[in-house]
Amino acid sequence: MAQPLVKKDDDRDDEADYSPFLGIEKGAVLQEARVFNDPQLDPRRCSQVITKLLYLLNQGETFTKVEATEVFFAVTKLFQSKDIGLRRMVYVMIKELSPSADEVIIVTSSLMKDMTSKTDMYRANAIRVLCRITDGTLLTQIERYLKQAIVDKNPVVASAALVSGIHLLQTNPEIVKRWSNEVQEAVQSRAALVQFHALALLHQIRQNDRLAVNKLVSSLTKGSVRSPLAQCLLIRYTSQVIRESANTQAGDRPFYDFLEGCLRHKAEMVIFEAARAITELNGVTTRELTPAITVLQLFLSSSKPVLRFAAVRTLNKVAMTHPMAVTNCNIDMESLISDQNRSIATLAITTLLKTGNESSVDRLMKQITNFMSDIADEFKIVVVEAIRSLCLKFPLKHRSLMNFLSNILREEGGFDYKKAIVDSIVILIRDIPEAKETGLLHLCEFIEDCEFTYLSTQILHFLGIEGPKTSDPSKYIRYIYNRVHLENATVRAAAVSTLAKFGAMVDTLKPRIFVLLRRCLFDNDDEVRDRATLYLNTLGGDGAVVQTGEDVKEFLFGSLDIPLVNLENSLKNYEPSEESFDIYSVPREVKTQPLAEKKAPGKKPTGLGAPPAGPPSTVDAYEKLLSSIPEFANFGKLFKSSAPVELTEAETEYAVNVVKHIFDGHVVFQYNCTNTIPEQLLENVTVIVDASEAEEFAEVASKPLRSLPYDSPGQTFVAFEKPEGIPAVGKFSNMLRFIVKEVDPSTGEAEDDGVEDEYQLEELEVVAADYILKVGVSNFRNAWESMGADCERIDEYGLGPRESLAEAVNAVIDLLGMQPCEGTEVVPNNSRSHTCLLSGVYIGNVKVLVRLQFGLDGPKDVAMKLAVRSEDEAVSDAIHEIVASG
Amino acid sequence: MDLCPLIKNILLLDTEGKRVAVKYYSDDWPTNSAKEAFEKAVFTKTQKTSARNEAEITMFDNYVVVYKFVQDLHFFVTGGENENEIILASVLQGFFDAVGLILRGTVDKREVLENLDLIFLCLDEIVDGGIILETDADVIAGKVASHSMDDGAPFSEQTITQALATARERLTRSLLT
Repeated sequence: MAQPLVKKDDDRDDEADYSPFLGIEKGAVLQEARVFNDPQLDPRRCSQVITKLLYLLNQGETFTKVEATEVFFAVTKLFQSKDIGLRRMVYVMIKELSPSADEVIIVTSSLMKDMTSKTDMYRANAIRVLCRITDGTLLTQIERYLKQAIVDKNPVVASAALVSGIHLLQTNPEIVKRWSNEVQEAVQSRAALVQFHALALLHQIRQNDRLAVNKLVSSLTKGSVRSPLAQCLLIRYTSQVIRESANTQAGDRPFYDFLEGCLRHKAEMVIFEAARAITELNGVTTRELTPAITVLQLFLSSSKPVLRFAAVRTLNKVAMTHPMAVTNCNIDMESLISDQNRSIATLAITTLLKTGNESSVDRLMKQITNFMSDIADEFKIVVVEAIRSLCLKFPLKHRSLMNFLSNILREEGGFDYKKAIVDSIVILIRDIPEAKETGLLHLCEFIEDCEFTYLSTQILHFLGIEGPKTSDPSKYIRYIYNRVHLENATVRAAAVSTLAKFGAMVDTLKPRIFVLLRRCLFDNDDEVRDRATLYLNTLGGDGAVVQTGEDVKEFLFGSLDIPLVNLENSLKNYEPSEESFDIYSVPREVKTQPLAEKKAPGKKPTGLGAPPAGPPSTVDAYEKLLSSIPEFANFGKLFKSSAPVELTEAETEYAVNVVKHIFDGHVVFQYNCTNTIPEQLLENVTVIVDASEAEEFAEVASKPLRSLPYDSPGQTFVAFEKPEGIPAVGKFSNMLRFIVKEVDPSTGEAEDDGVEDEYQLEELEVVAADYILKVGVSNFRNAWESMGADCERIDEYGLGPRESLAEAVNAVIDLLGMQPCEGTEVVPNNSRSHTCLLSGVYIGNVKVLVRLQFGLDGPKDVAMKLAVRSEDEAVSDAIHEIVASG
Repeated sequence: MDLCPLIKNILLLDTEGKRVAVKYYSDDWPTNSAKEAFEKAVFTKTQKTSARNEAEITMFDNYVVVYKFVQDLHFFVTGGENENEIILASVLQGFFDAVGLILRGTVDKREVLENLDLIFLCLDEIVDGGIILETDADVIAGKVASHSMDDGAPFSEQTITQALATARERLTRSLLT
C-alpha cells in the first residue's frame, strides 16, 4: 500500500523531466499524513506532506468523503504547532478541503484564537479561512472581530476582512450591511488596496439604493482616490450613475469632467478604464469622444501587446457607431495589420473595414483572407458584416468582395457564420444589380452542399423570386431540381415552390417544369406532393400551355400582408358554418405596445437571490394571462399594468414583487414569487392582504399558487373591487402564507409533511399615477393648441425647500406618472427656472396634457405653476387633486 | 460583484500544457475535465506565440487571457470578456514577478515544483475568490516569505532576501531527502 506506484510519465527520461512529485500516489500520501498525529510534530515534514496533498488536489485528484474527513481532522491537529510556515499551509489546506458544517466546528475555536492573535499574518489568514468555511450561524459570534479587523491598522488584515465581507454579502447580507460605518472609514485608508476593497464592499452594500450610490460617487469623484484599482472601480460606478440618470439630451453630462480628468491619470489601467467608459456613454458626442480616442490612439503604438489589444478592441466598438471619430487612427491601425498578435491584427482589420476608403479595399481583402482561418466564428461574422457594409459603400468593388464571400462560404463554419454570409450575399444581390448573377450562382453552389435546412429553404425562396428575372433562368433549374432528389422534406417542398415560380414566370420553361413537377407527385412526403399538385393545377399543367394569369402570379409571389398572429386568432374564433372564412375580415393592424412598458434600465437582477424576470411585461401578455383566469375574466378591459414593485429586499429567502393591474372597476395584484432556497418546496402559496388602509377597496377573489419549487417563479393573484371609474388610492399590507416542505437536495424529492408558515412582505400602495397611462405626443404645442382651453385648469403650488430643481421636476413627474415630452424632463445645470411638458391618458381613456413651470423662489424653495388641459374638466381637476395631495 | 474586476483563474502550465499549479476562482468550469479542456484550449491557442518579453493577450470563448512565458513555464491569467485588459495584465505581472522573487531569479518548472508550497501560498495571496488581493510582486513575495521564518523571530528583523534564502534552502533540502 505504502509502496509508491508510478502513475504516469514513467517512460520519460528522468534527467530531463525530474519532478519531486514523480511517482506520487494518493494512498501513500494519505498514509504519510499520519505524521500529523505525532505527539512531537515535525513542522518541516508536515509542511511537506501538506504540499503533496495540495499537489494531488491541484492535479485534479479527488478525495472521497471519508478520506477528506480524515485528512481534515489530522490537519486540525497541526494548530498545536507554533511554526508560522506550517500554519500558513494549514490555512490553505483547510480552504481546499472545504469542510462540512459539522467539521467546521472543530477548527472554529483555533481560528478564532488566531483571529485575535498579535501576529498580523495569523489575523488576516484566519479571517479569510473562517469566512470562507463558515455557514452564517457563526458569523454573529465573530462579527465584532471582523468589524475591528476592517479598521485594523495593518492593511493586510483590513483587506482580508473587507474581501471576506464582499463574499459574505452574497449569503448573509443583513449582517454585512451592519458594517457600513467601519467600511466607510476604510475607504479613507492610506493603503491602496484597502481603499479598493472597501470601496467595492461599500458599493455592494448600497447598490440597491440609487441615491446612496449617487452620493458616494459625487463625494469620491471630488476627493482623491489613491489606488488605481479603486479609481477604476469609481469610474465604473460613475458610468453606472450616468447611465441611470439618463440625462443625455441637453447640457453638460454630469461627471463627464471626472472621466475626462482620469484620462490624465498616471496609471495606464485608469486611463484605459476612463477612455472605455467615455466611449460607452449613451449617445456620446464627438466632442466628448475626442479626448478618449486620442489616448487610445497613443496606446495603439505601445510596445505592450496588452495595451494595443485593449485600445484596438475599444476603437473597434466605437467604429460601429462613430466610424468618423476613429478615422484619425487609420494609419496606426494599418500598421497593426502585421502585428504578431493575430487578435490585434483581426481587430485592426475589422476596424479599418468600417472606416476605410475605396482605394484600400483590395489590399485589405488580401490581408483578411489569410486571417479568416485562424479566428473564431464570432470574429468572422464581424468581418463578414463589415465587408457587406463596405461593399454597399463602394459598389464598384463588388467583384472582389463577392468572390471573398463565396470563398469563405465554402469553408467550415457554424450556422450563425454561414447565415451572416448568405444574408450578406442576398443583400448585395438586391442592392447591386451587377452583382446579381454571380451572387445567385454562388448561392446555388452553396445549397448543393449545405447542412442547414433553414438556409437552404431561404435561398430556394430567394432564387424563386430573383432567378426568373435573370438573362438565362434555365441554368438554375438543375440546382433546384437536385434538391428534390437529395434533401429532406422541408427543403424538397421549398424546391417544388421555387420550380413553380420559374414555371409561372418563364413561359418557355413551362413544359419542362411541368415534367419535373409531375415527378414530384410521387414523393413520399405529403407536403411535397400537395404542393406539386397545387402548382400543377394553378399553372394549368394538366392541359395546354397557357399564359399565367395575374391572380396566379399574385398567389405565387404576393406576400401575406396580414399579421400571422391576427390570422391565427381569427381562425381560432371561426366556427364552421355555411359562411366560409373570409381572409379580408382579419384585422390588419398590429397591436401597438404602449410606450410605458419600456424596460427600466439598470434594474437587471444581480446575484443569486435576485428575482428572475417574470412573464413578459407587455400589456398584451398580461391581458392574456389575466383573461385566462376565470375569476378575473369579467373585469373588462385592462387599463394599465404597473412596472413590478419589489416587496422584498434583494437576496432574501423569498423574492416577491407585485404588478398592479388596473381595470375600470377592479384592481388585481399579481404577486410574482421566487423561492431561493433549494432545500424547500412551497405549496399553496397565497398573499394575505390587509386593506384596512384602503377603504374604497373590497377583496373579491384570490388565486393561490399551488406549488413553488426552488428557483422557478410563480404567480398568485388577489383581486379587489373599487368604485367604477374612480381613481381610488390606498395602502395594502401583505403577508405571504404558504406550506413549506423540506426537500432532500440530493434526490430533489420533497417530504410529505409540510408546515404552515408566513413571511412578512413590504407594503404596497395604489397611487393616483396608477390611473394614468404614459402616452407621449410627438408635437406637444400642436396637441396643446388643438385641445383648447375649454377644460383648462391652472393653479400655483409651493413645493417647499428641495434639493435641486431637477429633483423637484422628477418628483412631480413620478407623482403624476405621465410621459415627459420633447426631452423636457432634463433640467440644465444651474438654471433658475424650467418648463416641463407631460402627456398621458387618464382612466376612462381621457387624454391629458400638462404644462409645468418651475421656478426657484429663494435659495432652495421651488414654486410650480401647473396648467392642465384635457377633454374633461373633472379629469383636469383630478390632476390638480393629485398634485395638491401629493 | 458584477462591477468589481474579477479574475476567473490563474494557470501555470509546462511546455506540454500540463498543470504545474492552477487556481480557479469561478464556477465557469465545474469539473476537472472542463478545467483540463480549458487549459488545453488556452495552451494550444497561445503555444506558437512568443510571450517571453512582453505579456501577450488573446480572446476566445468570451474570455480574455493574458499570458507570459519563461523557460519551460507558461503563466496565464483569465478574466471575463469585458474585463479591463490592463488590470488582468497587472495581476499576471504581479504573479510572474513574485514567483521570480521567491525563486531568486531561477524560474523553471523544476524549481517551481521544488518550491511548490511557496507557489501555492503565492496564488493564495494574489486573489481571493476572484477578487484581487494584491498585485505588487514585492508585497506578495514578502507575505509568502514571511512564513518561513524561525519560530518567534520577529520578521521585521529579517530582510525579504534573507527570508527567501532560508525558505528555499530548507524546502529544497526537505523535498530532496
